[in-house]
Amino acid sequence: MGENLIRAVDGVSLEIRAGEFVALLGSSGSGKSSVLNLIAGLDRPTSGSVIIQDRDLAKLSREELAKYRLHVVGMVFQSFNLIASMTLAENVELPLRFAEVDRSQRANLAREALERVGLRARMDHRPSELSGGEQQRAALARALINRPKLLLADEPTGNLDSHTGTEIMEMVRQFNRELGMTVVMVTHERALAERYAQRMIFLADGKLVDDRANDDRANDQKNAHAVDSGKPGGNL
Amino acid sequence: MKIPDLAELALRNLRESLLRNSLTTVGISVGVASLVAMLSLGIGLQQLFSRRLAKSGLFDTVLVTSHRDMRTMGRERDEDRSGANPGESRVLDKAARVELEHLPNVLEAYPDIRFSAELRYDDKPHLTMISALPESAKSNDAFDGMQGSFFSSDAAPEVIVQKAFAEELLGKTPPRGGEEPNVADLAKPLLGKELTIHYAQRAVSPTQPSAPSADAANSNSNFNDSSLAGAAYSVVSREQKVKIVGVADLDPESMRGPTRARVFLPLKLAESLHVMQLTDLREISRAASDQPVYTSVSVRVKNPAQIQALEDAIKKMGFGTFSILDASRGLQQVFRVLYAFLGIFGSLALIVSSIGIVNTLVMAILERRREIGIMKAIGASDGDVKKLFFAEAGAMGILGGIVGVVLGWAIGQLINFGTNLWLKSQSVPPEHFWAVPWWLVALAIGFSFLVSLVSGLYPAGRAARLDPVQALRYE
Repeated sequence: MGENLIRAVDGVSLEIRAGEFVALLGSSGSGKSSVLNLIAGLDRPTSGSVIIQDRDLAKLSREELAKYRLHVVGMVFQSFNLIASMTLAENVELPLRFAEVDRSQRANLAREALERVGLRARMDHRPSELSGGEQQRAALARALINRPKLLLADEPTGNLDSHTGTEIMEMVRQFNRELGMTVVMVTHERALAERYAQRMIFLADGKLVDDRANDDRANDQKNAHAVDSGKPGGNL
Repeated sequence: MKIPDLAELALRNLRESLLRNSLTTVGISVGVASLVAMLSLGIGLQQLFSRRLAKSGLFDTVLVTSHRDMRTMGRERDEDRSGANPGESRVLDKAARVELEHLPNVLEAYPDIRFSAELRYDDKPHLTMISALPESAKSNDAFDGMQGSFFSSDAAPEVIVQKAFAEELLGKTPPRGGEEPNVADLAKPLLGKELTIHYAQRAVSPTQPSAPSADAANSNSNFNDSSLAGAAYSVVSREQKVKIVGVADLDPESMRGPTRARVFLPLKLAESLHVMQLTDLREISRAASDQPVYTSVSVRVKNPAQIQALEDAIKKMGFGTFSILDASRGLQQVFRVLYAFLGIFGSLALIVSSIGIVNTLVMAILERRREIGIMKAIGASDGDVKKLFFAEAGAMGILGGIVGVVLGWAIGQLINFGTNLWLKSQSVPPEHFWAVPWWLVALAIGFSFLVSLVSGLYPAGRAARLDPVQALRYE
């Protein structure tokens, strides 16, 4: 996004409601990851706006953006992105350190989160000692720890075999349903999107080419809460 | 992030690249060690000199001399010369002494009486320097190790002899570098024994020409008997029997005037002897009177802090003064320069090692690029990342500081030990010229911490500015 001439995303306008499970689809270079980074507050649009919970991320300071990432967003990545030198428990409680949560509380919360993803027994292991599926589960636990409203997943199953990939996706769906988390998932696997997402947004060359409800899944979600994000605007 | 968390994460990160961070920390500790070693040498030397000065007992004492006395010590002479006409400067006599005694904050003022005399013990003559001690000397630390007792009164016919003189009296002078005899052993056969002092008395009443009768003591006192012939007083040879009450082991290096003598008399007794003094020669016209003229008068103050004011007051009276303050002032100047040099050379190594910190941390950023990206993605602010790198730099600084202080202390001990070994081979008593005071420990660690934080400034800023999207893009 920093480059002047390349418009990674251009003229994308979309609105995502609270509690929705949205898949961003497109081939590599289509701009889907850039959209995700904008929603995650990792990147800022050169023009346009990203409005989440009535706040325009484009106008937040770096400090405020960090707070937003800390409290509103949970992220999982294709390559898990756990810190190799830390145990699972430490990885999971890292966001709590940034949130300045008390030490005693942190241990409990981390244990609970790992319990939820079935890794309680592995909490003192380092990521390298675990399988890919286990690492991604730990990453999910970390994304959950601050009880974010928004779960952003960037190709969460990209490095996993189909069996473990399904396992992870089931968990994501569970979070979406049970915890009411809004999920935005970037993927290039259409099958995966069709199976789990309520809505599919197709991007190509930085432009939105299609935005449609997934007929199979759309009715699963009973209702959406308040309108949450994504007012159309400018280049986004 | 909270400070305990920061410290924990920083230490964990330091442990992750243990070798590299240890080497950097060793670099810092070498820098701190050199700083500590340099400064503790300076401090140790200053303390050594101060100890020597303190032993002189002059910290609360001003030595007052007449301007006419050529032996006026120190730098004062020149400026005073230009000021007052030396011919009109005052004579240090009884009246002056009383006046000195009545200056504010003065504890006592007593003349320094020193003379050479022959002492007879067992019918063998011993020529030595005798000086008078005021009663207040009793409380002087210097007499702590004395055998026997102090004078029973200020006018008692008693003496305290210095250890070296006791050896001479007993004919037990040890060979150079040999085993020093114990003071207690020397004192046993001497305490209570009688000595006879043969001295030259300055008699006021006109008597027969004194020159022929002046004995050995006179010829030793640096003045020519024949020059006395025309004086209005005469010199008479006298005897005084005294009892040995104490044997003292005073530091012969000590600067204090009286203790340079080897035999001590009570002050009143010494005054009553009217011993021929060196000044009597110069103050010939005045000395003719009954009033004695003193070579110098020691004035003691109640509190060493009042020395400066007292010195000024005495100078106004027209006398020359000398105190330890004058000596230590010059010394302090020298030490200030010494400190500056030692400090600069010591800090150089620390500054070089601070470049090591910068290098290590910049390397760490490259290595941990992804980790920084992750932390930012899950909610770390720029400030959190910055603080984390600062904490790592600071931790290296503090660790390096602590190790460095220990190292510097050890180096100091080693050098001190080695030097003392050499001193011993030169039969010089060992000295402690190495000192690591607590403030130096705190200063060294604090300075090391500060330097490391400054070194962390650039890497921390760079890490904080890292773009998370870029950092996470590549494996």
